[in-house]
Amino acid sequence: MARIVNIAHTAFYMLAAYCFYTLLVKVGLGFLTSALIAVLGTVALSMLCYRLVIEPVREHEAAVLIATIALALIFQELMLLSFGGNYLGIPSTLEGAVRFLGVSIPYQRLLILVVAAAMLALVWFVLHRTRLGLAVRATANDLEVANLMGMNVHRVAMATVALSVALAAVAGVVVAPVFVVDPFMWLAPLVTMLAIVVLGGLGSMKGSLIGALVIGYVEAITVFAVPAGAYLKGAVALAIMVAVLLVRPEGLFGVAFEEER
Amino acid sequence: MIRSAILAGLFAFATAALAQGTIKIAILGPMAFVQGEHHWNGAEMARDEINKAGGVNVGGRRMQIELIRADTNEIQSVPDATNAVERVITRDKADYLIGGFRSEAVLAMQEVAMDYKKLFLGVGAAHSKLGANVESNYDRYKYWFRVSPTKDVDLARTLFAVMGSIGEQIRRDLKTEQPKVAILAEKAVWTEALVAAAQKTLPAMKMEVVGTWQPSAVATDVTAELSAMERAGAQIVFTMLSGPVGISVGRQMGERNMKAVAWGINVEGQKEEFWQAAAGKAQFVSTLDTYSEVEMTPKTVPFVRAYQARFKKYPTYTAATYDAIMTLKEVIEKAGSTDADKLVPLIEKGEFVGTGATATFDKRHDLVWAVGKTAGIAVQWQDGKKVPFWPPSVKGMQPFKMPKS
Repeated sequence: MARIVNIAHTAFYMLAAYCFYTLLVKVGLGFLTSALIAVLGTVALSMLCYRLVIEPVREHEAAVLIATIALALIFQELMLLSFGGNYLGIPSTLEGAVRFLGVSIPYQRLLILVVAAAMLALVWFVLHRTRLGLAVRATANDLEVANLMGMNVHRVAMATVALSVALAAVAGVVVAPVFVVDPFMWLAPLVTMLAIVVLGGLGSMKGSLIGALVIGYVEAITVFAVPAGAYLKGAVALAIMVAVLLVRPEGLFGVAFEEER
Repeated sequence: MIRSAILAGLFAFATAALAQGTIKIAILGPMAFVQGEHHWNGAEMARDEINKAGGVNVGGRRMQIELIRADTNEIQSVPDATNAVERVITRDKADYLIGGFRSEAVLAMQEVAMDYKKLFLGVGAAHSKLGANVESNYDRYKYWFRVSPTKDVDLARTLFAVMGSIGEQIRRDLKTEQPKVAILAEKAVWTEALVAAAQKTLPAMKMEVVGTWQPSAVATDVTAELSAMERAGAQIVFTMLSGPVGISVGRQMGERNMKAVAWGINVEGQKEEFWQAAAGKAQFVSTLDTYSEVEMTPKTVPFVRAYQARFKKYPTYTAATYDAIMTLKEVIEKAGSTDADKLVPLIEKGEFVGTGATATFDKRHDLVWAVGKTAGIAVQWQDGKKVPFWPPSVKGMQPFKMPKS
C-alpha cells in the first residue's frame, strides 16, 4: 500500500525465523518471549533499513527494487555466514494432530490458520478504523494530494513498511516450526507472495486473501492431479496468474491508483 | 646490495625447496554446507595422519600433504564451482583434486580438470555420466575416479536390495502379499535413472507402486504429496531426496502420524543434525548411508570414533575424502612418483581398503558394486539415534522397526 515494491519483504520473514530459532532453541527463552522479541526486533530493523536504504531512493521505483534485492541478498549471506548452510528445525508450538474427514491436520497448522485470520482482522481494523489506516489509504490513493493535505508521507510510508514487515515476521515465527530454517527460505515465498498480490490486485486485502486461496488450491490440485509433476506446482500457479492478468491487468480486485501528476 | 641479493636468492631457494616438499591437494566442496564441511574434515584427518607419520614416501623422498580449501559453492552456482577448479589449478598449483558433490556441478568441474590432465578423485556425486565419460573417451577422462558413492545405477541396486528385506518384513508384520510403495523423488538429474528403475523393478519384486511424486529439491512443504500418499494407502515411501525436502518429508510424516515407513536416499537424513532439523519428528525414517559404528572394514570403527572425538559429530559420506587421500598416498608410494599418468594404472588395478568401503574400480573408473564392500549400509532413525540395520551380515547391525499401526 505504500507503493514500495519491497523484495526484501520475505527476507525479513527469514530473519524473524532465525531470530526465533536462536532465542527459543539456543538461548532457551519461552515461545511467547522469543516470538515477541523476534517480531519486534525484525520490525525495528526494517524501520532502520527503510530510513537508510529505501527512503533516499524512494522516488525511483527501479532503484527501490534493486536496493531491496541487495538488502535481501545481504541478509541471506549474513545468515549463511553466521549459521552456515545447515537446515535448522524449530519445535512445534503446539504438538499433536487432529483427524478431520480422514485427513490428519497438525495443531501447528491450525495455529497458523488462526494467527493468519487474526492478523487479517487486525490489518483490516488498522486500515479501516484508525487514523493511521486512513493516512495509509490516503497515501496509497494519491501520494501527492496526501502530502499537500499536510500528511507526513515519509512517516506514513515507514509505518506501512513496519506494519507489513510485522506481518512477515509473525509469519516467520508461526510458519518456521512447520518448515526448516535456512538462508534461502525467503526465495520460494517471495515468488508466491508476488503472485498472490498481483493475482488478487495491488492494494486489495480481499484480493490478496482470494489470490492466496486460488494459488494454494492450484498448487495442491496440481500435486494430486499430476503427482510426477509436483515440482511444477509453482509454475502452474504462476501460469494462472499470467492468464488472469491477460484478462484483467489490474488483478482480480485491483485498486486503480491515480496516475502520478 | 650484495647482502640483499644473497637473501633474495636464499629465499627463492627455500621457497622452491619447500614447494618440492609438498603435495598439494585441492579439496573441492560447498564449504558453507555440511557436505563441504565433511569433505574438509575427512581430508584434514588424512593429512594430519600422513604428515604426522612423516609424509608420503615418493621414491625415497618424504613429501608433506598440503591441503587447499576450495569453496565451490556448487549447491548455489555451477559457474562458481568451475571457477574454483580453475583457480586451484592455475593459481594455487594444485597437484590433485578431490571432492565435488552436486552432479550437475561435478560434470562441469570434471571438464576443467580433464583439460588440465589433473587427477580428480570424486567424493560426492553419483551421476553415471561421470563414469560413462571415461568409457567413451578414455584418453581425456582417465584422470577421473569415483571414490564415493557408487554410481546412481548401483545406488539403485542397494536400494532395491534393502527394499526387498523391508518388503519381507511388511509382508510378515502387516500380513499383506503386495506392499504398497509411493515413490517420492526430488526433481533432479540424479534421480531420473533411479525413478525409471524403481517404476520397473518394484512390480517385479511383487510390490505395488501407488504413484510417483516429484517435488522440487528445495520444497519446504510436502503436505499435499504426503496427503495423496496416505489416501493411496502407501506402506512404504521410497525416497530419493538430497535437498532440504528430505527434512520436510521426515518431519511432516511424523506430524501426520503416518503409518508408512520412509526408506531410500535421504541425504539430509544421513546427517547428525537431521533429528534436530526435523524437530524430533523423523522417527523411523531410514536412508542409505556410509558410516556407522559397524565393521564394514577394519578401519571403519576406529575412523568413526576418531572423527567423532575430533569434530563431535558422525561423518557423512563426503568424509570419504579421507579414503581418497589414503588411496593417493598408496599409489604415489607404489609408483615412486607424483605423475598422474603413472598413478592412473595403479588405481585401476588396485584394491583399496578404506574406512567406508573396500574399493576396486571398473573400466568406467566407478566403484565395483558389492554388498559388504562398496554398497554402503542402511540406517534408520530410532528415538534420536541413527541405527544401522543392513547388510545383516555385517557385525553390529540392529533390527529395522515399523511405525505402530
